[in-house]
Amino acid sequence: MPEQLVFAMEVFANGLMSGVLYALVALGFVLIYKASGIFNFAQGVMALFAAMTLVGIQNGQVPFAHLINAIFGTHVHTFGWNISSAFALILTVGVMILLAWAVQRFVFRHLVGQEPIILFMATIGLAYFLEGFADLMWNSEIKTLTFCLPGEMCLPQGMNLAIDDAAFNAWGVGFFIDNLDITATLVAIVLVIALVAFSQYTKQGRAMRAVADDHQAALSVGISLNFIWVLVWSLAGFVALVAGIMWGAKSGVQFSLSLIALKALPVLMLGGFTSIPGAIVGGLIIGVGEKMFEYCFGIGQCFGGVINLGGATENWFAYVLALVFLVFRPQGLFGEKIIERV
Amino acid sequence: MSNESYVTDDGRTIGPTVMEMKNITLRFGGVKAITDISFDIREGEIRAIIGPNGAGKSSMLNVISGFYVPQEGEVWYKGAKRPPMKPYQVAGQGIARTFQNIALFEGMTVLDNVMTGRLRQMKANIFEQAIWKGKAEREEVENREKVERIIDFLEIQAIRKTPVGRLPYGLKKRVELARALAAEPSILLLDEPMAGMNVEEKEDMSRFILDMNDEFGTTIALIEHDMGVVMDLSDRVVVMDYGKKIGDGTPDEVRNNQDVIDAYLGVAHD
Repeated sequence: MPEQLVFAMEVFANGLMSGVLYALVALGFVLIYKASGIFNFAQGVMALFAAMTLVGIQNGQVPFAHLINAIFGTHVHTFGWNISSAFALILTVGVMILLAWAVQRFVFRHLVGQEPIILFMATIGLAYFLEGFADLMWNSEIKTLTFCLPGEMCLPQGMNLAIDDAAFNAWGVGFFIDNLDITATLVAIVLVIALVAFSQYTKQGRAMRAVADDHQAALSVGISLNFIWVLVWSLAGFVALVAGIMWGAKSGVQFSLSLIALKALPVLMLGGFTSIPGAIVGGLIIGVGEKMFEYCFGIGQCFGGVINLGGATENWFAYVLALVFLVFRPQGLFGEKIIERV
Repeated sequence: MSNESYVTDDGRTIGPTVMEMKNITLRFGGVKAITDISFDIREGEIRAIIGPNGAGKSSMLNVISGFYVPQEGEVWYKGAKRPPMKPYQVAGQGIARTFQNIALFEGMTVLDNVMTGRLRQMKANIFEQAIWKGKAEREEVENREKVERIIDFLEIQAIRKTPVGRLPYGLKKRVELARALAAEPSILLLDEPMAGMNVEEKEDMSRFILDMNDEFGTTIALIEHDMGVVMDLSDRVVVMDYGKKIGDGTPDEVRNNQDVIDAYLGVAHD
């Protein structure tokens, strides 16, 4: 196989896999938007918070250590134990459910019936609060995330390690794919199947779809809106946790993690705000699109290098694509078409 | 009125009181929508609330179904005073309703819509549902059977798998009725079931209401402003005007009530 083609395929595969990670974040947005009409700006910060909590629990960090030390003049930092990843994962899920309940109880319960823009503003406030809270609780150092399930099944580390350790070499032609990306893809596929099965075949899922469709009708068949909203925020928290683990393993748990929410925006514009499959397909298109565009036109590898934009197209490609979609298909690929009757 | 069961002329048994409204007053700011109204609903009967537009009928229905909480008065249900409740809790107690402007899950199929009516009857927890054996499977099969029976009964088999958003108005009304009926309610509240229908559709709907009451023994309370339809359907009628009760009794009694006649035909004030 010509080297050029192998390289292009690698770029394509890498695009697909970073697309999966975008999709994971976008999924959290879709869940909440569908059920409550809230565009949750805090989704990215939730991923950060979840990843920090997981690492913190795992390493036996004392929550609010700085605060405690400042007030009592002590020097506590860790409990001095290490908790297994699986157990830490369960505890973190618990924390995310608690967070979901608190968000519903203390913020959105008081804003029922408000304009969408007000709900959106509330989520911006929530994002800043949560970011500060995460900082206060687990401090702001960059942490490495090592995630191992029983039986030595560890999540591979990202490309920042030696390439030979981290990558998968296929077909003996030097075809390199990040092992972490493969794992992330598999996890995302399982997660999506589980979410779809949940919403299609369970009682709670049916109730969730009902609430997403019509609040009044949902009430009249005996569905508690509050319960469903806590449920979707918990689910979104869980999705954020998975996204946080994957991104955290890829590039370390640090505050820039919360910015992945910005990459999810174009994904949502492509896929539509209300469609779970849309979030996946949108993520893949953006992932592949930006990598291939960079390869072809950014560094000029296609068509004999006629167009060479000098790189760094990845920074803006997704947003430009989203803009094009806004002009020609504002509801996205899978979103509900809005038809106003006159 | 006595509270003993009796048999109607057409052979249906009307049981004791299942719900009683006592001196209900509902205000929106300074506007009184309902003023000091009391009436009861008995098991197995078809009870109508009628009145001209703006009489407070829909408000009354919303009080019964928990969408509004009255400032004064008590709601007694199955022999106990009902504390202020959320609409979903009222639904959980077995009071199902339809809406004047139809509230269906437009994106879901007819079958799924009707199935949501049975959420309350599904008890299996999430783990049982995940492994899909035993309780969860049994429940789903059982609920599907009940739902299919109701779908047959309301003659909407042909559109079972159609998304509700694509259906015409008359059929949507019927799907909403099916969803409410699927809950096997103790009381079924119908908010203007015949609004916006042509004569043929009205006849169909009347037939369904009577059959429902006859076959499943469902207690029905309905609101309607078409006098003719109501008089043929109901066992007893409450008449409201400007938020006050001006008549209560059998259709014949109500029809001969001077206040009712005045309210409907208008009366010269001198």
